[in-house]
Amino acid sequence: MTDRLRIILLLTPALLVIGVLFFGGLAVGLMRSFSYMPVIGLTQPNLDAYAAVFSSASFYQSFLLTFHIAFTSTVISSVLAVGAALLLRRSFIGKPVISFLFQLNLTVPHLVGAIGILYLFSQSGSFARLGYDWGLIAKPADFPALVFDPYAIGIILQYVWKEVPFIGLIVLANMQAIGEDYEAVARSLGASRWQTFRHVLLPMILPGLLSASVMVFAFTFGAYEIPALLGQNHPAALPVLAYRKYTDVDLAARPEAMAMAIVIAVMSAAMILLYLRLSRRSLGRRP
Amino acid sequence: MSPDTLALRAFRGIAAALLIVWLVLPLVPLAVWSVARGWRFPDVLPQDWSGAAWRYAVSDTSGVMDSLWLSVGISLGVAALSVLVGIPAGRALGMYQFRGKGLVEVMILAPTIVPGIAVALGIHSVFIALGLTNTVAGVMLVHLVPTLPYTVLVMAGIFANYDPAFEAQARSLGATGWQTFRYVTLPAIMPGIIVGGLFAFLVSWSQYVLTLLIGGGRVVTLPLLLFNFATSGRNDIAGAIGMIYILPGIVILALTARRLSGQNAALPGGKRL
Repeated sequence: MTDRLRIILLLTPALLVIGVLFFGGLAVGLMRSFSYMPVIGLTQPNLDAYAAVFSSASFYQSFLLTFHIAFTSTVISSVLAVGAALLLRRSFIGKPVISFLFQLNLTVPHLVGAIGILYLFSQSGSFARLGYDWGLIAKPADFPALVFDPYAIGIILQYVWKEVPFIGLIVLANMQAIGEDYEAVARSLGASRWQTFRHVLLPMILPGLLSASVMVFAFTFGAYEIPALLGQNHPAALPVLAYRKYTDVDLAARPEAMAMAIVIAVMSAAMILLYLRLSRRSLGRRP
Repeated sequence: MSPDTLALRAFRGIAAALLIVWLVLPLVPLAVWSVARGWRFPDVLPQDWSGAAWRYAVSDTSGVMDSLWLSVGISLGVAALSVLVGIPAGRALGMYQFRGKGLVEVMILAPTIVPGIAVALGIHSVFIALGLTNTVAGVMLVHLVPTLPYTVLVMAGIFANYDPAFEAQARSLGATGWQTFRYVTLPAIMPGIIVGGLFAFLVSWSQYVLTLLIGGGRVVTLPLLLFNFATSGRNDIAGAIGMIYILPGIVILALTARRLSGQNAALPGGKRL
């Protein structure tokens, strides 16, 4: 058997699964978003669903909200993760505890974190009770709305909780692979701590940090159960809106749901391209 | 490096303490709720404790145990299938250089970036025609999409450090193809099978929207039940289910802690795409 044939045979099962389910799912979604479905007699593809989606104010509200959730969560998580990785690079008393908690946190499903955030930050949650105990608020409604709120604070808190360990462990692995020699050289040549971080360490961890951030952005843009649990009803995050449209009793709304799913897919594809570009540039700049 | 100042060390200590508290915090109310009785505002701690939520969770009538075993079965099956499909693909990607390899890698890794809901709606309309919606088989098939990239990646990593000369030697000594696989290849790639399998189990275990859509609410896995109790205000039962739900992750972490040398082993894919 030639190598070529062997490679094809070895790859066939995986490519079949990914090709049929993943790319097939995308393709069917795309077709249905154009209201093209020969099986039930719809043979004239059209742009009606996109026209309906892109002319509805609630889509734009949802899109902006979802972008805000993904962008804010990613930026806060990335910054805190780099800080946490810098912390975990040193050995100190709490280090094994944090390392353990980071890995534990990776195994905890997002849904559990979301319920935890709900019980902590809702208006009758743990923090509201503490606030009452300390005389800061007189009734639950006095507590600021941190879940089901227009700024999606609860959703962002949950993502930060889950993603700081995820990004942090990737960045930490990068830092440990790089070692401290380059920074020691910079310091001995008179660079300050900040300069050493900014011009020596950061450029070297950037590819890993960016790849992790892109994964987080794409995930937080497309996740369903967290905004479904912690988000307000209107505007809802885009995946929640797409799910609602899809499960609407009015079957005519399904192409619109598909169009929204395609918007989410296009966003994540854009993320992949953006990342490939950014990582190439930052790699090219490295001496 | 220059010695750290006292202020810097104090800052680090405070940051570490805050980080520890923050990491544990969201799990605390779930644990407390699971043993609380009527924990009303403004009690900071429950006035009364009770094992009722746990008794309910393990009772035959609640359906929690049914969901638990269903979830275990689905995730075990998905992990096994995912490893089975991942081994050959990992071998191809880990041991060979070929034209189009980059494209194949991007295709296999794409599901780690593209959110489930973006593909699940399309899959659902096909599965309706195939009679796979609202079935366990349909849910398991769709769980392969998010799990397969991880098993392929883990197996590719194993095969990248694998020397096929051992196989050739076994064959030259008269071993059949099956014997060679069983006694040479399999033991060598076993660490990858275990890690990849555990990873696939956990990824399948945490799926929510794929199960909801393809299972149509009929295939009630543990997260679906958890969501229902959490949104219907049964915080005590949600707390108990939540505790049960995170248990496999903790067990797997404990099992692999010694096997894995640390950080990046828990994160295949992190450095790739």
